[in-house]
Amino acid sequence: MNRVIKKTVSNICALKVPRKSFCSTEGVKVAGCSIPEVSNDHEKKQAISKVIPQYDIAIVGGGMVGMALSCFLASNPMTKQLSVAIIDSNPALGSSLHIKKEDPPDPRVSTVTPASISFLQDAGAWKYVEQNRHAYFNTMQVWDYTGLGYARYHARDVNKDFLGCVAENKVLHNALLSCVKDSDFKTTIYPLRLSSMTLNTSSMSMAEENPTSKEPPSAQGHGAELQLSDGSSIYAKLVVGADGGKSHVRELAGIKTTGWNYSQNAIICTVEHTYENECAWQRFLPTGPIALLPMGDKFSNIVWTMSPTESNNRKSITEEEFLKDVNYALDYGHGPHPTSSLSGTRDVFSWFKTDATLSTNEFFEIPPKVTRLASERMVFPLSLRHANSYALKRVVLIGDAAHTVHPLAGQGVNLGFGDAFSLSRIIAEGIALGTDIGEVNMLKKYEAERKTANIMMMAILDGVQKAYSIDFGPFNILRAAAFHGANYISPLKRSIISYASGEHKLPIFF
Amino acid sequence: MSMAFNHLRNLNRIHRILHHRFQPLLNATTRFFIDAAASSMPQPQPKQQPSAPSSSLKHNELAKFAAIADTWWDSEGPFKPLHVMNPTRLAFIRSALCRHFKKDPYSAKPLEGLKIVDVGCGGGILSEPLARLGATVTGVDAVEKNIKIAQLHAGLDPATSSIEFCCTTAEKLVEEGRTFDAVMALEVIEHVADPAEFCKSLSALTVPDGATVISTINRSMRAYTTAIVAAEYILRWLPRGTHQWSSFLTPEELVLILQRAGINVEEMAGFVYNPVTGGWSLSDDISVNFIAFGTK
Repeated sequence: MNRVIKKTVSNICALKVPRKSFCSTEGVKVAGCSIPEVSNDHEKKQAISKVIPQYDIAIVGGGMVGMALSCFLASNPMTKQLSVAIIDSNPALGSSLHIKKEDPPDPRVSTVTPASISFLQDAGAWKYVEQNRHAYFNTMQVWDYTGLGYARYHARDVNKDFLGCVAENKVLHNALLSCVKDSDFKTTIYPLRLSSMTLNTSSMSMAEENPTSKEPPSAQGHGAELQLSDGSSIYAKLVVGADGGKSHVRELAGIKTTGWNYSQNAIICTVEHTYENECAWQRFLPTGPIALLPMGDKFSNIVWTMSPTESNNRKSITEEEFLKDVNYALDYGHGPHPTSSLSGTRDVFSWFKTDATLSTNEFFEIPPKVTRLASERMVFPLSLRHANSYALKRVVLIGDAAHTVHPLAGQGVNLGFGDAFSLSRIIAEGIALGTDIGEVNMLKKYEAERKTANIMMMAILDGVQKAYSIDFGPFNILRAAAFHGANYISPLKRSIISYASGEHKLPIFF
Repeated sequence: MSMAFNHLRNLNRIHRILHHRFQPLLNATTRFFIDAAASSMPQPQPKQQPSAPSSSLKHNELAKFAAIADTWWDSEGPFKPLHVMNPTRLAFIRSALCRHFKKDPYSAKPLEGLKIVDVGCGGGILSEPLARLGATVTGVDAVEKNIKIAQLHAGLDPATSSIEFCCTTAEKLVEEGRTFDAVMALEVIEHVADPAEFCKSLSALTVPDGATVISTINRSMRAYTTAIVAAEYILRWLPRGTHQWSSFLTPEELVLILQRAGINVEEMAGFVYNPVTGGWSLSDDISVNFIAFGTK
């Protein structure tokens, strides 16, 4: 960890950045390019020397998605020579963070899909995840409160060893951080916030009209200029907004979003069982879905969607009452267990069965009882938000900055990893062809690639959310029949698992 | 990350296929081709306006480009088709040069150590990527305004600020005795008055065992409908009058005049526009836009 800090210090203080002409007229070099005195007062020094560090890429937001992008860039021979600045005021980036296996598990977890895992494995980051608490699961059971439908998926249905892996966000983040640190990738971490951004996209005519301008280096010379919270600035050819759902980069770039808030909150927390849970469970209740995800070491994570009033109530009730509610919700609450055969549905659907090895015969199981609350209960409002554009000249959005989804299937971070991987690949292709990495035509390729995938997943998650917000008899039967259909029609079932596990196949319905 | 390499590998494969396919054509020396080439080539124009920096250039062509020079780097402007096509041209050039000069295609700067001239560089749309790939680039254009734009724009990025831009012509460079490892003349030959003379100059600029890359538009009916009728009149991609069909060369003619200039065309590929995705790709269809790689 000290290496990161050392790197940062040496980069900031010695200003080991390419010193180039900051004037727009050719051939004129700025005189003040001499190496400034090393001083602790970063801000003052900036003002004196007027040498503004220049990077290839500035990643605003060093969370999981931003760090994943750094990892992907570091592991690609085309991009590993890029200089990258990471702007994030989160102290976790700069200080040594030791995750102990004995620490109680954090309630903030992600379900990482096999597709994301393979990206992270290729980048060399997954091995760090495996050093800490994580839980692979190979079975998934989805059912609903009406007692009419259930579906059980097994990894072998799609010829895989597992359907996904649940890991705490801090474990994932730390793994990505370690991966970048252990590479020889040139990253500089600015423990600051972004205060403003000058993109200056239509610079040519201006520069032409005013070639002998005495103005200090304008942003056009060095791509985008980012002003940071301590008054200093940096230049970057490409600014990546990985700063989450309330993205400041998105706002500064003037990119609008469309979306809505669900009038629902999610309670998340960690719970303990008497034995280890090895299956991902999801039950649809009239108020919203409850998910129980295995975290390893007899721990599970709960994501429970409900109305804001209920969530506030359940956050404040005693642990005992809460655990009773959870067990009730995962068992007999709101309705009976689904029977293994829905009055002849098995016969109706049996002729769809094409593959005897599929787990169509697996019986409904009851999830393990929750015995202890192992973390605080956290409440998050749910919303769906999508940026109208992912890319402008010199600016690109990834992860939640581009799209916020319903946390239904833990897909949020996977979409973000998908974005980061796609962007790193497009940048690598651009570099292979000598493209300016801030060029909008190149960035639009990323947008085209990811927009379809993201909108598709958002629509599915939103659709499921809406389907379960209706409690109406005939509709319930229809929905249950759909469940049964999904459970019995092998190709469909396979495509649903594939889609949920991050492989790009289009499910016909869900 | 291996995707980029796969892409490059595929390109290599395409080139090899093309190479085999064009082998008979490259060796073709039938009278028919010679006649066709000779008769269709515009006659050298008598020298006019001695102050002009050109010899093989048409003056009305220069005026056409000077009028829209400001918009070279506007990715939505008149040069948009060129911007969109640029990565495809570069993919061909990169792999051809890497193979010929035995450079590492997996390097981010594979052209390091190569001296390249971009003849008819315009705003520097090709010069800049070549410089980013590590080449030492000289960009020349007969339109002074283009050179100014190119200098200004290249100066914005440290990676491209070392490009030498000169308002001059290939002929002048020959007179100055300049030589380069690789000579690029992309989308230029259709705008010169005497393609044969122009090719001789390109050859003279190329060092022995160096490379010459030329891209242009075929003089085919399809080229007429797509490059002129569609691009200039229907889609309005290009200002009307950008291209004159009669000054286009067919691939056979280009191969022959290059051969006479001492350059052997080793590979050829076509650029195909996909109206659905709006992108260009390399193919063996050379009926409209094509690029030729030759060695001296």
